[in-house]
Amino acid sequence: MEKEEFTITAYTENHVGLLHRITIIFTKRKVNIESITASESEKEGIHRFTIAVTETEEAVEKIVKQIEKQIEVLKADYYKNKEVVQQEVALYKIPSKSLTNGIEVERIVRQHNARFLTIEKDFLVIEKAGFRRETKALFDDLIPFGINEFVRSGRIAVSREEHGIGEYVQQILSKN
Amino acid sequence: MKIMESQIVTEQNKKINTEFINGAEAVIKILIEEQVEVAFGYPGGAIMPIYDALYDEQDRIQHVLARHEQGAIHAAQGFARVTTKPGVCLATSGPGATNLITGLADAQIDSTPLVCITGQVPSSLLGSDAFQETDVIGISMPVTKWNYQITDANEIPEVLAKAFYIARSGRPGPVLIDITKDAQFQKFNYSYTCFKKIRSYVPKPEIDPSSVEKAASAINNAKRPLILFGQGVILANAEKEFKKLIEKTGIPAAWTILGLSALETDHPLNVGMLGMHGNYGPNLLTNECDVLIAIGMRFDDRVTGNLSKYAKQAKVIHLEIDPAEINKNVKANIPVLGDAKETITHLLKLVKPNSHEKWLQRFIDCAKIEREKVIDKELNPDSETLSMGEVINIINKHTQGDAIIVSDVGQHQMVACRYSKFSKSKSNITSGGLGTMGFGLPAALGAKLGAPERTVIAVIGDGGFQMTIQELATIYQTKAKVKVLLLNNEFLGMVRQWQQLFFEKRYSSTEMINPDFQTIVKGYYIPTKKVTERDKLEKAIEEFLNFDGAYFLEVMVGKENNVFPMVPSGAGVSEIRLE
Repeated sequence: MEKEEFTITAYTENHVGLLHRITIIFTKRKVNIESITASESEKEGIHRFTIAVTETEEAVEKIVKQIEKQIEVLKADYYKNKEVVQQEVALYKIPSKSLTNGIEVERIVRQHNARFLTIEKDFLVIEKAGFRRETKALFDDLIPFGINEFVRSGRIAVSREEHGIGEYVQQILSKN
Repeated sequence: MKIMESQIVTEQNKKINTEFINGAEAVIKILIEEQVEVAFGYPGGAIMPIYDALYDEQDRIQHVLARHEQGAIHAAQGFARVTTKPGVCLATSGPGATNLITGLADAQIDSTPLVCITGQVPSSLLGSDAFQETDVIGISMPVTKWNYQITDANEIPEVLAKAFYIARSGRPGPVLIDITKDAQFQKFNYSYTCFKKIRSYVPKPEIDPSSVEKAASAINNAKRPLILFGQGVILANAEKEFKKLIEKTGIPAAWTILGLSALETDHPLNVGMLGMHGNYGPNLLTNECDVLIAIGMRFDDRVTGNLSKYAKQAKVIHLEIDPAEINKNVKANIPVLGDAKETITHLLKLVKPNSHEKWLQRFIDCAKIEREKVIDKELNPDSETLSMGEVINIINKHTQGDAIIVSDVGQHQMVACRYSKFSKSKSNITSGGLGTMGFGLPAALGAKLGAPERTVIAVIGDGGFQMTIQELATIYQTKAKVKVLLLNNEFLGMVRQWQQLFFEKRYSSTEMINPDFQTIVKGYYIPTKKVTERDKLEKAIEEFLNFDGAYFLEVMVGKENNVFPMVPSGAGVSEIRLE
């Protein structure tokens, strides 16, 4: 079976140590986590993990079952790329002097649908949300100006269904 | 802090039945509420308040002082396996807690309910590398069903209630609760209610009736069906329903090592043990059946051998409580999720009475071949030296399958599991998934305390015996009437067998120059006997079994005997070798 990109989503309680419990499932199988994010979901008090991996579907399916087996996990599922709407956010810090050398930077930022978050005396910070290839393309275009710092968030994604697994989670919550 | 406490008092006094006690006293009260009668453990600095609270309740909770925390947890496992109640284990922080890890891993892989309570350094010192501080939560996470660190006494009732509920419900497993010393000392308003529900946890999946119907129809149309059953039948307390199912459908049934004793050995439909050193028939015919019905078992690699050559011709029905086991190793054509007692009961109504005499005859024929080529030689050897099998055979004759057999790990374990007779459930205690040497002796002690009215025999090899030999002191101190049978071949026999068969007899570090076990055991004030000759064996076994108290019998057996049949590693189950 071919490896491909998958997005794993898990709705969980917000407990100390749960992140570790989830990541050791990957460690045990020597599967690399490409990115992982956790934040409060649309449901009060319920957190949502988004984990990006490149693996075979069979391996991902087994991992998802192990995640869902954890006591504090309400529901977990996985998606192929075409089944989710996904984004990453990137921040680029470049020297302010690049602004004074003509209009080149402004043009690049506009072209990439990015924006200036802050402009300080010595540096400015640009923000870009998009797919990995888009944040990478902006990175490449900014290289000539000198990039002091660059950071990209993990993948966040919602499913292309009306409700996604949030619906199951809602059922669980309303039963209790 | 004091102000905070008094605020809590005023608030909680409005509620019902609270008592103002400290965290340690609360822990002991909860153990009593949860009907814990025996706890296994070892004291130390960070758990002293709990031991102090235990001092006042010694007549309600028997504390078994092991000689090593690993001994304590294996004893708790033995207790849990014969009672199906959570085994309780107490240990201190740092090394006390790390010494529990092997037992936790063993209990996790063999689905044994445990509640382990460890002391931890005061919360103000967490992360400071304090004396005997270790990240027990981090270390134990991969080998526990659930774990939690308590730093405030107010958390104790709810967390411990959850711990007992999680350990015993659904697919059971070990839970570890780490309690900082300050939380043990902290006074708070205590009240307790047992836990019955956690919103994010589904212990028993809801049964899908259509899956049961599909399974019943496949069973009703099967020509050569085979049932594989595991510990799930015992854990679900489904032995009766299971027996009805096989009797109604006439389907031959083979047990996994942890399924042993869920059905009586002599049942006509019991076709023996699966796996690497299991019986010839069930291994061979796994690859000939048309419908394979797995009940409460997880297709361990020691059962399946090479998966690419495993039951490819069969339609697989998998009755299982844990959704993560479905399709993990073997694809299930018809998964039936649920508690085995409930799914079997449901299935029983839908299956038609049947018999499969011709098919069953195949198993009987295989058993005959195995008897001629393997079993007769093992039970009635023509060699001068004794065999492990003949010792087990004489024990069977005297116990009639009534004893609890606790085995350690290695050749003697395979022989004990292959040849011991069982007439009652929960009578086979062994480390199946983890294969933990040193498990046997402490587990036997725990089993005896859990089932005091039954004969408990620990069958141990000379390697594993020396891994937890110190627990002889615990047996002596508790006066538990454990029968310890040492099958001594002066080798790490199973490794030696593999070296002989697969490593050109290069016996690297497997020969054991042993101490005089007779002298050692005498030092623990336990009566002993050593047998080297066949004509003295039966009388020695009678004395061993009849003695009113713990007894140690050492039998010298052939140094280089092998366990057969054998599915060599990497081979398919039907490539099982008889010699």
